Amino acid sequence: MSSAMIDLILQATLDTLYMVGVSGLISTLLGVPLGVMLYVTRPRQILTMPILNQVLGIVTNIGRSIPFIILMVAIIPFTRMLVGTSIGINAAVVPLTIAAIPFVARLVEGALNELSPGLIESAQAMGATPWQIIRKVLLPEARGGIITGLTITLVTLVSYSAMAGAVGGGGLGDLGIRYGYNRFNPTIMLITVVILVVMVQGFQSLGDYLVRKSDRK
Amino acid sequence: MIELNNVSKTYYSKASGNKLGAVHALKNASLHVPKGTIHGVIGLSGAGKSTLIRCVNLLERPTEGSVTVNGQEMTRLNAQELNQARHRIGMIFQHFNLLTTRNVFDNVALPLELMGRSKKAIRERVLPLLELVGLNDKTHQFPAQLSGGQKQRVAIARALASEPAVLLCDEATSALDPQTTGSILELLRDINQTLGITILLITHEMEVVKSICHRVSLISDGELVENAVVGDFFTAPRTQLGREFLNDFLQLAPPKELVDRLQETPSDTTHPIVRLTFSGDAVSTPVISQLARECGVDVSILQAKVESIQERTLGLMIAELLGTSEQTQQAMHYLESQKLQVEVLGHVQRDD
Repeated sequence: MSSAMIDLILQATLDTLYMVGVSGLISTLLGVPLGVMLYVTRPRQILTMPILNQVLGIVTNIGRSIPFIILMVAIIPFTRMLVGTSIGINAAVVPLTIAAIPFVARLVEGALNELSPGLIESAQAMGATPWQIIRKVLLPEARGGIITGLTITLVTLVSYSAMAGAVGGGGLGDLGIRYGYNRFNPTIMLITVVILVVMVQGFQSLGDYLVRKSDRK
Repeated sequence: MIELNNVSKTYYSKASGNKLGAVHALKNASLHVPKGTIHGVIGLSGAGKSTLIRCVNLLERPTEGSVTVNGQEMTRLNAQELNQARHRIGMIFQHFNLLTTRNVFDNVALPLELMGRSKKAIRERVLPLLELVGLNDKTHQFPAQLSGGQKQRVAIARALASEPAVLLCDEATSALDPQTTGSILELLRDINQTLGITILLITHEMEVVKSICHRVSLISDGELVENAVVGDFFTAPRTQLGREFLNDFLQLAPPKELVDRLQETPSDTTHPIVRLTFSGDAVSTPVISQLARECGVDVSILQAKVESIQERTLGLMIAELLGTSEQTQQAMHYLESQKLQVEVLGHVQRDD
């Protein structure tokens, strides 16, 4: 294999990590609060707001139901407005993030669902404000479940980022399609797949490790 | 210290179609718990005990009526004032509700953190509390490493951290084995005596009421149907449900085959079956032998038991009075003239 090819693979790997990393980070920063909102604004919860809850629920569901490949194309004007271009890895980060936010939110909501209602009740009995309950009880107690959710999100983002490659987003998916598929180079195809598998394994192991560390059950 | 005035709680649920189905969890409940006392509320599951205790710190907001704790009318406070007031009301739960991601020290520190206390002040408060509940060697353990009794001790220390005047206990010993229950109850009694904290507890176990409560209320179907000093409740419950709880606790009910033979009205060929409850002086009076001598009846004791309820002694007996109808009539009069309670359970046919 030529050194140019190796550089190409290296660059593609870094591009994928960049796309997954940046979109993972932003979607966590926005998705976790959204998930908490979905949970605490429910009926009979600490910040009950039924209408807001329904609106957030519907928006989240819409985000979750649009196939990624369509979302990517549909929001091109928005992407262009935000990063000035509709191709390249920065352009791919925008749809990846938008797809991941509702995904993260639902997983966070699910993690909060697993908590015993008694925890909230006892915090309320101690005179905790809703914000204190979120910060000192809900988030720390659901930390294991939230990390599990974020791990799933990262893994999903790896496969989404490969799709982003299909529209000129760069990264390993792009490499695999252009060199492996279009130019009939099975070696490149195999290498990209192996790197993706290793990457996913890495994320999963890291996530599992962090869950074990934070879980005291 | 705790005062409930005509508190009602009604839940509305969309039942059939769009009609609102109303569930009356609590109906016109009034309760007064004086400072420094331990008051128990006993009732079956679904009777409204949980709703009642949650109305005290407004975890459940009453539909009607007022709640006053520590001189503050809870029902009138805004959200911020309510949180302040809740700092003065500790609460412990059946399932402990400890934070699994915090160790023992940090669990007890939580209410103090919520109040914005400094690290130093928290340390100075938490360590003596852990000593009080006997867990000073478990400071850095996590709840998953503790037994049920130890978890409840942590929960008690946590409830006491904010120096409350009132402690609410929601079935605090129901998830514990009998021995652990005993030690937790002892701890609660200690806290009541040494710190002067007023305790309101709900339970379905007579044992809990018997061992630590001063007064007891009986709740049935959302209503407080009986309210008495514990000694009175155990010797002479006024309601049928109270008697059932007592019989269940004493395990003193007529044998099943006897119940099947019982008939309500006497006739020439029947003997009465009576339940006698001795309390106070009557316990030491030889009633049965006197009965045999004075009225000439024979007494067949079917069941008997002596219990000590706090400072009182309680004797219970189920007996069959054997004799002619005049003799048994006379015997009944004699028993009623004594300082004991007589209840005719029914009449059975003579064997001969």
